[in-house]
Amino acid sequence: MPSNKLFALLVPIVSVLMGLIAGAIIMLVSGFSPIDGYTALWNGAFGDSYTIGETIRRSAPYILTGLSIAFAFRTGLFNIGAEGQVLVGWLAAVWVGITIDAPMYIHLPLAVLAAAVAGGLWAFVPGILKAKLGVHEVIVTIMMNYIALFTTNEIIRKVLTSGQTTTDSIAPSASLASEWMQSITFYSRLHYGILIALFAAAIMWFIIQRTTIGYELKSVGFNQHASRYAGMNVSKNIVLSMVIAGMFAGLAGAMEGLGTYGNMSVTAGFSNLGFDGIAVALLGANTAIGVVFAAFLFGALKEGAGEMPTGAGIPTELVDIIIALIIFFVASSYIIRWVIVRFKKEGK
Amino acid sequence: MEYVIEMLNIRKEFPGIVANDNITIQLKPGEIHALLGENGAGKSTLMNVLFGLYQPEQGEIRVKGKKANITNPNIANDLGIGMVHQHFMLVEPFTVTQNIVLGNEPTKKTGVINVEKARKDIKEISDRYGLKVDPDAKISDISVGMQQRVEILKTLYRGADVLIFDEPTAVLTPQEINELMEIMRSLIKEGKSIILITHKLKEIMEVCDRCTVIRKGKGIGTVNVAQTNTNELASLMVGREVHFKTEKQQAEPKDTVLTIENLVVKDSRKVDLVKGLNLELRGGEIVGIAGVDGNGQSELIEAITGLRQAVSGRIKLKNKNITNKSPRKVTESGVGHIPQDRHRFGLVLDYSIGENIVLQTYYKKPYSKAKVLNYKAIYEKAESIIKEYDVRTPSVYTKARALSGGNQQKAIIGREVDRSPDLLIAAQPTRGLDVGAIEFIHKKLIEERDKGKAVLLISFELDEILNVSDRIAVMFDGKIVAEVTPEETTEQELGLLMAGSQVKEGDSNAIQ
Repeated sequence: MPSNKLFALLVPIVSVLMGLIAGAIIMLVSGFSPIDGYTALWNGAFGDSYTIGETIRRSAPYILTGLSIAFAFRTGLFNIGAEGQVLVGWLAAVWVGITIDAPMYIHLPLAVLAAAVAGGLWAFVPGILKAKLGVHEVIVTIMMNYIALFTTNEIIRKVLTSGQTTTDSIAPSASLASEWMQSITFYSRLHYGILIALFAAAIMWFIIQRTTIGYELKSVGFNQHASRYAGMNVSKNIVLSMVIAGMFAGLAGAMEGLGTYGNMSVTAGFSNLGFDGIAVALLGANTAIGVVFAAFLFGALKEGAGEMPTGAGIPTELVDIIIALIIFFVASSYIIRWVIVRFKKEGK
Repeated sequence: MEYVIEMLNIRKEFPGIVANDNITIQLKPGEIHALLGENGAGKSTLMNVLFGLYQPEQGEIRVKGKKANITNPNIANDLGIGMVHQHFMLVEPFTVTQNIVLGNEPTKKTGVINVEKARKDIKEISDRYGLKVDPDAKISDISVGMQQRVEILKTLYRGADVLIFDEPTAVLTPQEINELMEIMRSLIKEGKSIILITHKLKEIMEVCDRCTVIRKGKGIGTVNVAQTNTNELASLMVGREVHFKTEKQQAEPKDTVLTIENLVVKDSRKVDLVKGLNLELRGGEIVGIAGVDGNGQSELIEAITGLRQAVSGRIKLKNKNITNKSPRKVTESGVGHIPQDRHRFGLVLDYSIGENIVLQTYYKKPYSKAKVLNYKAIYEKAESIIKEYDVRTPSVYTKARALSGGNQQKAIIGREVDRSPDLLIAAQPTRGLDVGAIEFIHKKLIEERDKGKAVLLISFELDEILNVSDRIAVMFDGKIVAEVTPEETTEQELGLLMAGSQVKEGDSNAIQ
């Protein structure tokens, strides 16, 4: 077996390749040219400075939701609630962005912070329930997603507007929009959020790898008994882990609310940012750097997919299938591992 | 036919290590053949080769004189080789019968499982070998000893002639061990042959005919048990002279370190398990707590270390009240704890050895400053501990999971002793370890005593209690029922006391 690090890198790469190959087969079977399809995908994601800007813009929230799930996972928790945490973060950021009047150096950080705090609070509920009553966090976070969806919808309709489906736009002093970034990417919606996302990735790495906080969180995730024996407060660490994970997801909401859209709309369904974050975390092997790369891949796929119907005539449904296949192969990394080991043996 | 199984000059390599190097073992029909070696000597690897889980690089296997190419466990099964694993492979919610037929179900013509036939067959085999297994009992309802018999039955049901027992006594009580020995004898009587993997010399002397010794992956040789003794076996296994009687000076007890007054502790089912216990422990002495498992020993330790709340009573450490303080407070006030279950409590198995070494001290200087870990200091500390405590590990960065039980335990002991606690609690510190490691650990405990520390030893092994303690407190039904010294007591007397029988007259300090 090769060194573990190399192997850890190989698995996601092979997963993506297998997903692309499977996608190609499906395109062939459906009578489309995979070469045209992937060319369109590539052009849609990296064809010009505008699409590159949009790809990066799309990646920022994926980085944050990916970090959220990866962080929880590293400490032994499954945060399926990133979706809900994104929504409450988004709402909180827009709310502060609309209602408060302050200079930018106060307003923007405040709005970003509000998103993080809202996400953190939303994750605090499953955290405390798990720590004190042993309720499984997967169940609670899934429920919290629905509560978040319907609550934010209701607040948009009844509190932030009077019966409208979209809030007002946030004040410019709370906006992450960057004229400079827009100008170099041919007026894409690229905003400063990507810097926040990258910074958050660095924070996650630092907490997990370098601090006593991360040491405790991981220890509790690995073995609660030994952690208690060592004098750690197990309950506190479970709650803390969920809250930090929720804050990352809440920030992803700020990306949308303060960066891309500048407002929030009533939606019938989920944004899927949180659910895709699960795949991003998986693909990134739950490491900060891995999540950043995986998020860029997801951003590129989603952005590039938009070009496939127009550029190669491939229906959007097929594009969704191809993306789903890639996620499938990532999720079944066990199979990939098996295949790699198998090839290694035969190569001998 | 001279041998049923022959493994000749077996060599098995894994990347970086040779697990088996030129090992030969020959099993005669109708014998119990011990395979002896320290933890990590390569016993399990060798048996996995026989069982078809690994392919050897060199050497050959002969079954009943014929060369056999065992490439998977099914072939081993077909050749009549059965394995009783150390960790049982049973489905808990299933009955004994269901477990035994699993994967080999007798069916009626309709394809329905013929439960009646299976039950009858199992009953018959069970009776023939005196296994006394109830075919309808659920696995989750029966004792560990009984589960092991189900495993034995499983191999017999599949027609095994050669049974491999992988450290079968590690999980059993003394009573169950005796019963297992009986079962092994009756298996032999019925014409089976047995390979017994173990590092317990007593068992070998008791039931085995011959014994093959391996050390660090190399075959050392095969001896007739009747012509050897435990000392010779131990030195063959370890490669040097082993002292069973730990040498130590007379204890020089100093000031009182631990005082326990009227301690009452409930277990997780809210039943009183420690019922008004009193105990005093002084610096410079080792007090051994003897008792049958389940008489409140675990709850006592957990109460002292803060892992469990005491209902009433007081625990004082050097006149400081530590009753119901948090584990961290207790640790910081000078208590070291070698826990009974090293995997559950003692180690975070997915952490490196280095990270485990600072499990209670990571938040202190020099291991961290302003909440930022200083890995250089952590791994330096770990390096010095693994050197001093002879922890055999590829490096301090290796995960604790990858180490053998003995080395894991040495790492825990190194960590606990290194903090130089006033009170060191050692709960079953040598469970599952081989003689070399046991000797080392006993020496360390005595060294701590000689430094003036108080050592509380809890063990279910009377040998260990008698050997290491300066004073023995017998625990029965949640209380200390007698205090004796190892010089003036015997294994028999201790056994009686532990069983709760009345103390002989004139033993004044035995009355509680």
